[in-house]
Amino acid sequence: MFEAIRLWALKIRVQLAAQIALVATYRAEVVLWALSGTLPIIMMGLWTKAATDAPAGITPVQMVRYFAAVLLVRQMTFVWVIWEFEQDVMQGHLSHFLLRPFSPIWHYIAGHIGERLVRLPVVLALIGLCFALYPSAAFVPSLSDLLLGFAVIAFVLLTRFVMQLASAMMCFYTDRASNIETLQFTAYMFLSGAIAPLEMFPPQVRAFAELTPYPYFVYLPARILMGEPAPVAQGFTVMTLWGLVFLGLQQIGWRRGLRHYSSYGA
Amino acid sequence: MIVAQDLSKTFRTASRKPGAAAFLRYLFHREYKEIQAVKNLSFSIPKGSICGFLGANGAGKTTTLKMLSGLIQPSSGTVRTGGFDPFERRKDFLRRITLVIGQKQQLIWDLPALDSLRVNAAVYEIDAAEAQRRIAELSELLGVSQKLDQPMRKLSLGERMKCELLAALLHRPEILFLDEPTLGLDINAQQSIRSFLREYNARYGATILLTSHYMADITALCERVLVMHEGSLVYDGSLQAIVDRATPVREVEFELSQPTTTDVLQRFGEVAEHSELKVRLLVPRSELTHTLAHIFEQLQPTDLSVKEPPIEAVMGQLLRDGKVEPIGTPIQPAADKHEAVRV
Repeated sequence: MFEAIRLWALKIRVQLAAQIALVATYRAEVVLWALSGTLPIIMMGLWTKAATDAPAGITPVQMVRYFAAVLLVRQMTFVWVIWEFEQDVMQGHLSHFLLRPFSPIWHYIAGHIGERLVRLPVVLALIGLCFALYPSAAFVPSLSDLLLGFAVIAFVLLTRFVMQLASAMMCFYTDRASNIETLQFTAYMFLSGAIAPLEMFPPQVRAFAELTPYPYFVYLPARILMGEPAPVAQGFTVMTLWGLVFLGLQQIGWRRGLRHYSSYGA
Repeated sequence: MIVAQDLSKTFRTASRKPGAAAFLRYLFHREYKEIQAVKNLSFSIPKGSICGFLGANGAGKTTTLKMLSGLIQPSSGTVRTGGFDPFERRKDFLRRITLVIGQKQQLIWDLPALDSLRVNAAVYEIDAAEAQRRIAELSELLGVSQKLDQPMRKLSLGERMKCELLAALLHRPEILFLDEPTLGLDINAQQSIRSFLREYNARYGATILLTSHYMADITALCERVLVMHEGSLVYDGSLQAIVDRATPVREVEFELSQPTTTDVLQRFGEVAEHSELKVRLLVPRSELTHTLAHIFEQLQPTDLSVKEPPIEAVMGQLLRDGKVEPIGTPIQPAADKHEAVRV
């Protein structure tokens, strides 16, 4: 039992090391990707100006803190597995992974974690820039908020990964499965709190949004990092339920898809 | 080691006629056609043998390899590879096989091969010291010991292919599926990979299934060939036997000591060329010894050679036609490619 766990941990560690080395080779690309995800800084500027009248009880300082946290959360939970998987299916690279005695999924997981470790310093620098622009809003989360916040961020990353991986199973049937993600991304942007805090939503829209996993992807961890009250239990419950639904779909899609896989180009 | 019984694979693809009207129809009503890539294949390959899969492009060789290795599921029929159903892809099965596809890489392009080899060693649960020993042994055999710490993208095509082979064999598989392993390589690299595969086969008793469009790969490595044509197996046997059956004649070239007529020469075989003293005859293989004796006795040639048609030409015609029975038409070989037998 312990030997099996040791070997599994070794496989993950070695894959992670290779992925970090690979991402580090293209560190400039990581910086550009991080910079391209600075929409929260733009939203911060817009809403801080609009928040001078404290709409929905949110002050300008809270707005800056919220969008600084959103910046961190979005950068740390970005998932791209569907595009990578689509390329691997279309070009036949998946074949190599399928013939190894280790699930190909770990390759993609290692890639996501490795990239995140290289990206983190860039993101922290961007947050530093936010607080340089709005020094009165600068804050350091408490240790408990930081630990809980990062636990939620890890869970969000896992849930989003599973959801996108389930969509990626369509790659076995169509060449442009990544277009499905565009639809999901629209819902994510609108309902997650990435454009505006949930307090700004009409009550009915907010009630609907809270049934979906999206508010817990951004709004929940951002509120935790800010040290504000947040629906932690509700968030974990809803994300777990949605995650299990998509995990089931992914497993069905994987089994059926492999029977359909033609190993093109390989 | 590998047993296939009535193995078939059919692919279903959407088809569309050209033109705007056909495109609009295609949006609402798709027509599909079924392409039978492999048809009722049955064969058995014993442990430790090296077999060559031959066939023109689209003959079904690669599809067959993918079914044998478990990448794709057969539409019908059964296959057992090393005692396993390949498509179940059990871990014990995957540890015993490898698939190498020429010009398709599993090693990470931007990293040195050693990084990818470390991943492979971990994935196949090879102890670090043992992995190091195997890497040293295989890299020595392949002649890439000095290349493993350079990013893959900086290596030549031949060096990359050797590193790919190293990665594919690190877990010491018993069954090797090699699809065009020497594709695009220069002569030296091809020879190097051939001798490596021979050595690997001899050292570990591995079973090797190989497809290649280079006949030199097949002649150097394979005693047995399986010839596929349009999805069907049309021949399963020794390479020499198929060449003999496909080329029932030999070319006999000589110079006459004194001029003679074509009518006289026709008594010895079909006259392919006759100019002054130079003669080229096509003689049935079964009558070669007898005919040569008569030529020496009656024509006193000054210089005589017997030539076999180049194997590439023979197989080329065979694979185009899919006929294994004697083709009938003698092949006109290019002189510089002949293997001449001096007498």
